[in-house]
Amino acid sequence: MEINILEEIVIPIIKILFIVHLLIIGVMVMIWSERRVSGWIQDRLGPNRVGPQGLLQPIADGIKFLFKEDLIPNHVDKPLYVLAPAMLLIPAMITIAVVPFGGTITIEGLDNPIPLQIADINIGILFILAITSLGVYGVVIGAWASNNKYALLGGLRSSAQMISYELTLGLAIIGVLMLSESLSLREIAAQQGSYPWKWNFLIHFPAFLAFTTAMFAETNRLPFDLAEAEQELVAGYHTEYSSMKFAIFFMAEYMNMIVGSAVVVTLFLGGWHFFGLETMGGEGSLLAGLISFAIFFIKTGIFLFVFIWVRWTLPRFRYDQLMNFGWKFLLPIALTSIVVTGTLWVVVKDLQQHWQLLWIGIGNTVAAFIVVSIVAGMLAMDTNSPAVVQDTDAAPLRGLEAIE
Amino acid sequence: MPVNIMNGELIVFIIFGTLSVIGAIAVISFRHPIYSALSLIVTFFSQAGLFVLLGAHFVAAVQVIVYAGAIMVLFLFVIMLLNLGTLSAKGALTGKLKGVAVLLGILLTVEGIYIAVKALNNTKVGSTEIAEAAADLQDKPIETYDIGRLLFSEYLLPFEVTSLILLAALVGVIVLVKRDKQTEN
Repeated sequence: MEINILEEIVIPIIKILFIVHLLIIGVMVMIWSERRVSGWIQDRLGPNRVGPQGLLQPIADGIKFLFKEDLIPNHVDKPLYVLAPAMLLIPAMITIAVVPFGGTITIEGLDNPIPLQIADINIGILFILAITSLGVYGVVIGAWASNNKYALLGGLRSSAQMISYELTLGLAIIGVLMLSESLSLREIAAQQGSYPWKWNFLIHFPAFLAFTTAMFAETNRLPFDLAEAEQELVAGYHTEYSSMKFAIFFMAEYMNMIVGSAVVVTLFLGGWHFFGLETMGGEGSLLAGLISFAIFFIKTGIFLFVFIWVRWTLPRFRYDQLMNFGWKFLLPIALTSIVVTGTLWVVVKDLQQHWQLLWIGIGNTVAAFIVVSIVAGMLAMDTNSPAVVQDTDAAPLRGLEAIE
Repeated sequence: MPVNIMNGELIVFIIFGTLSVIGAIAVISFRHPIYSALSLIVTFFSQAGLFVLLGAHFVAAVQVIVYAGAIMVLFLFVIMLLNLGTLSAKGALTGKLKGVAVLLGILLTVEGIYIAVKALNNTKVGSTEIAEAAADLQDKPIETYDIGRLLFSEYLLPFEVTSLILLAALVGVIVLVKRDKQTEN
């Protein structure tokens, strides 16, 4: 078997270098925008001294982290302590490989058009689920190696949370996969077409909400950041980390956010499509490729803004609320979406495509609403539910009862 | 410029094969359960790599999601929750357990040798069947579609039986850990 060096080695390497650097620059921009947006939300300025509008602040932070002493406490398990940040960062960087960030470009003289994607593998979405599920090891191992009880508690919380929300993450996309009949992310994005009313977020609205919420939990962002709840656990799993190792934990969180947004955009928000703009200048032309990339970039950026917006708007969950929410609301919603999509898919098979999508969309939303009402009703009636039991068990309340 | 990629495949096989053997040996060599668990993850991951080499992409992904991603997280969770310390060099295997372990080890070795011999016999030079199957794999990786169709047609009964067993296990766990309302009040 023979391969073409230019097409199969040089071009992929260019794509990889481009995307990896974009990811790292994206992390810097995210750190800056997180602080500026939080400032804006809280009606203060945020960092605005280093460079125009404080844009160079992340670089200043990076230099500061690099020049700090790289401290390894005496009581830690050294090999794993050093390994943990890398175990978190690497899965975060690998997942971007299968996300399509644009259409295809045809260049004269080459046999095949170049897809704007590092690797279009036929199990794309499973690859993402697999690699994301490895991300938890960085947190858990870092927590354990720190040999610190606050860190260990953070790690335990994180692993329990990841296991719970990963289920929802996996189940919520099954409805999407059923309609697209493919696991390839490029195929899923391409099938949604150019117009927003055919995108998956309307057809699978409950699954979209469940997936996004689970994505927040997987990236350990507020309101799901119990692994590093500073009021309870100092800083959670990275309590013992300082200087650049701490910065790597930080970078991995932002990379996970960026990749997560890109995946949501691909699965539910039509990928690089927007009202036919992506075919401007003809299918496969350089202009069309650049525009489709710009569309994808802007969509991901808007979704990243939602990440920041939610963080500075919602308070943190209590631990039992987190578990109840994951198992009693999100999981049933995801399961309902599978059953309803599968059933309606058979029922409306003979209709025209837009009617099919309309009925499946309505059915999904109505069914999810019914399921949530039933669960909420059952929780309200069941006075023995964990939430209520824990409330009356709380120490201050018990003290009050004793006084009375 | 043409380049031969068959060698590349061999190199990848050697990397993943060695990694998975080293990981497996490390699991039983390390004295600390956390290190053993991590080595097991390395083994699972390299096996997923081997599955990809065979063209079984779906199986590789499931291997990582289920074993490396979910089951091992639970292992680590339990090890950390119980705060298991380093195991002492002796005491882990004594008396009758040792006999059973030796017996199972011999059994496994014999099985391995049997399969290896059988596979070698089948791949003798001139066996067109193997060559055709290999060529098939090269052209078209095993698609998720094919696995799904087989699961819901030819292997429907085993598939359903497996899911029933899993369901029974789920129900069993819930019954075991469910606190009795009356005794609690």
